[in-house]
Amino acid sequence: MVDLTQLLDYAYQVGAILVMLMIFLSLLRALLGPTVQDRVAAVNIIGTKTLLIITLIAEVYGHQYFLDIAMVYALMSFITTIGVAKYLEKGVLG
Amino acid sequence: MNEIIEQVLGFLSLLSLCGGLFFLFVGTVGLLRLPDVFNRLHATTKCDTLGAGLVLLSLALQSSAAVGTRLILLALFILITNPTAAHVIAQAAYKAGITPVLSRRPSND
Repeated sequence: MVDLTQLLDYAYQVGAILVMLMIFLSLLRALLGPTVQDRVAAVNIIGTKTLLIITLIAEVYGHQYFLDIAMVYALMSFITTIGVAKYLEKGVLG
Repeated sequence: MNEIIEQVLGFLSLLSLCGGLFFLFVGTVGLLRLPDVFNRLHATTKCDTLGAGLVLLSLALQSSAAVGTRLILLALFILITNPTAAHVIAQAAYKAGITPVLSRRPSND
């Protein structure tokens, strides 16, 4: 029998590091992107991946209240994306 | 019996985590390499939603009922908001006059 709990603990740490590297790759698109919409899409993707890192860290460290922070972060990321896209489309906020 | 269930849950959790990381990586490669804002949104939205859902499912299989419920709610929230945000960005790009790459006519040279 393999000790899967220990293996999963390492797997979650490695997964958090890999997601962080993917965030850097996405940041490259946010820096290069020829249009503004490219940058907004890249920032939206970075928000989703940051949320994943927060939940993985909550599991690794055993701090369950990090999940509430992750929920608030998801809401803020969504509202930011909607607001910026609306501003790009209409030219005004609201 | 209890140990077997624990092993099966752990194996499913590991499989789900690996699948989620794979889909997140595919979405990132699509964001970097595709030629157009619409193509990039097409690649990243689906891959990112599925990858995040799989990683959150993998975490939910390992935790207690209360924490698992919160993780599933978070996955459902991502499942609703991520396509909505991509739709709004694509609509803004379309109204800004960006032509999709595939609808341009091939040049005659």
